[in-house]
Amino acid sequence: MSSPDLLAQDGLVQDRPAALRRILARPELGSLIAAVAVFLVFAVVAEPFLRVSSLGTVLYAASTIGIMAVPVSLLMIGGEFDLSAGVLVTTAALTSSMVSYQFTAVTWVGVLVSLATTLAIGWFNGWMLGRTKLPSFIVTLGTFLMLTGANLGLTKAISGTVSTKSIADMEGFETCRRLFASEVTVGGLTIKATVWWWLGLLVIGSWVLMRTRFGNWIFAVGGDAAAARAVGVPVARTKTLLYLGVGFGAWVLGQHLLFSFDTVQSGEGVGNELIYIVAAVIGGCLITGGYGSVVGSALGALIFGMASKGIIYAQWNPDWFKFFLGAMLLLAALLNAYVKRRAERGPR
Amino acid sequence: MSGETKIDEAKTDGPMNGELLSLEGVGKSYGTVRALQDVSLTLRAGEISCVLGDNGAGKSTLIKIISGLHRHDEGTYTLEGEEVRFDSPRQALDRGIATVYQDLAVVPLMPVWRNFFLGAEQGLRRWGGLRLDADGMRATTREALAKLGIDLHDVDRPIGTLSGGQRQCVAIARAVHFGAKVLILDEPTAALGVKQSGVVLKYVTAARDAGLGVVLITHNPHHAYLVGDHFTLLKRGRMAGSHPRAEIGLEQLTTEMAGGSDLAELSHELARPGLPDSPSDPLSDSLPDSREERSQP
Repeated sequence: MSSPDLLAQDGLVQDRPAALRRILARPELGSLIAAVAVFLVFAVVAEPFLRVSSLGTVLYAASTIGIMAVPVSLLMIGGEFDLSAGVLVTTAALTSSMVSYQFTAVTWVGVLVSLATTLAIGWFNGWMLGRTKLPSFIVTLGTFLMLTGANLGLTKAISGTVSTKSIADMEGFETCRRLFASEVTVGGLTIKATVWWWLGLLVIGSWVLMRTRFGNWIFAVGGDAAAARAVGVPVARTKTLLYLGVGFGAWVLGQHLLFSFDTVQSGEGVGNELIYIVAAVIGGCLITGGYGSVVGSALGALIFGMASKGIIYAQWNPDWFKFFLGAMLLLAALLNAYVKRRAERGPR
Repeated sequence: MSGETKIDEAKTDGPMNGELLSLEGVGKSYGTVRALQDVSLTLRAGEISCVLGDNGAGKSTLIKIISGLHRHDEGTYTLEGEEVRFDSPRQALDRGIATVYQDLAVVPLMPVWRNFFLGAEQGLRRWGGLRLDADGMRATTREALAKLGIDLHDVDRPIGTLSGGQRQCVAIARAVHFGAKVLILDEPTAALGVKQSGVVLKYVTAARDAGLGVVLITHNPHHAYLVGDHFTLLKRGRMAGSHPRAEIGLEQLTTEMAGGSDLAELSHELARPGLPDSPSDPLSDSLPDSREERSQP
């Protein structure tokens, strides 16, 4: 509690310089500084890093994380985890491929069934969470393991091997490829379709979070679900919608994997869910929810992209990449905890 | 005591005049545990009705029934002359019953203005209500706070950076702004120091002057007596007394609250040989105030 002299006559504290504090309190600030630092380090030590073609490679690596980091960060701000997000991407690609191959010769049918499937799995995660009141860590650990098993089991049962058959000769393949896996080259800079998807999701996600009623609810259910419920916020529905968002992101990325390689390996995706969470945390999301930024998650994904490719350009041993990622995560989590303590403690 | 004029106002009202809310013989059981039985309470507009009781007396069960979190299973609950049964806090809110809980009044990490409008956000008309009217909501928050005499310029700061008393004040201003008719306050001063408690009680009377009916739940008879028009005492889920202000003094209220004969017995047990008894020393005053240092969650 404050000393009494800080209280104005009505018990309210005089405001400190608000503009400066607001900039310092931005959740993205830490990740912005880190992104600039990582960029400068590789710009100095790795000569190929600054080439225009490298930028395209870095952006592509960042986008394959960033597409999922947008919905995952929204979910984390809403106070929940999704450990099934990584394998869900593979499920999306497998579903699309196998439905198209087994039932029709048109890729669009598979693409739409895949969307319905990922949304249904997202809904299941949210419904289980609302119904059972179990922690989302447990619920989605369950779906993670089930999906990992089903991806392998169903693929082997249907196609006899661990990968799907090529669907490259099907009707609609070229259009789908243009939508999910094309690339545009402008003056040596090659930009893949995932970068556009990432930017689109980033703009929509950030706008929804900061500028809509639903965004207000995301902060509230993550910050204090009981308080949110008491003022009439539909807590369970808000969280379920966030899981549907993760399902949508997994669908987009899954279709990209399918249409850029035309076959899918059924064992992929395990472990990526943690990378998405790392990107969100580096971007300023609190593990406990209620605070964070979608733009920050994009910076987190960008750091991932720069570091994973920069290590190769610098001809360092890529084995150290995970070490670097872990160190970044710990630093970010410490910074976030510090910011939260400052934001929550009383006036001094 | 400086509340003498208010008693007269309350008296001149007829018994049914402005009656907002009334409970008749209300009871609630959780399984085989009877948390509350045969409790009656009447609330008029522009009146503060205090509910006093020790821990476990049934105060929170009573709040939960009034605010729609739980349904009563005995007795009747009448709101503006119509019997009601609420399935959710949302329904109660829609009927003008706002509750300010001690712990979950607000979301600490969210800015003041986002908290103020939480669950009742305003959209911009040219965006079809989709886009939040952030500037409008900031301005409205400032105005609504100013109306209750709270001057807070930076409504963008996280509400968690305000003190406990200030947060209570924002929550009260919020209820008044959104047209609540009944305001339920759950131990608004329990975690506060003397000065902050005074500030909160001042805004409670401001809400009363704005024409709201206020149910003030507390275990501090001193705070209750400063503002209350009517006092209901709960003990182990039952009513242990119901008095209009004119019929009871602070000393009597304190004694009843502390358990009357129980307190006398306690002070006898605690009395040290050789020292004189001090039976009039109210336990209930020092308890809540000494908790001020622990108030920040």
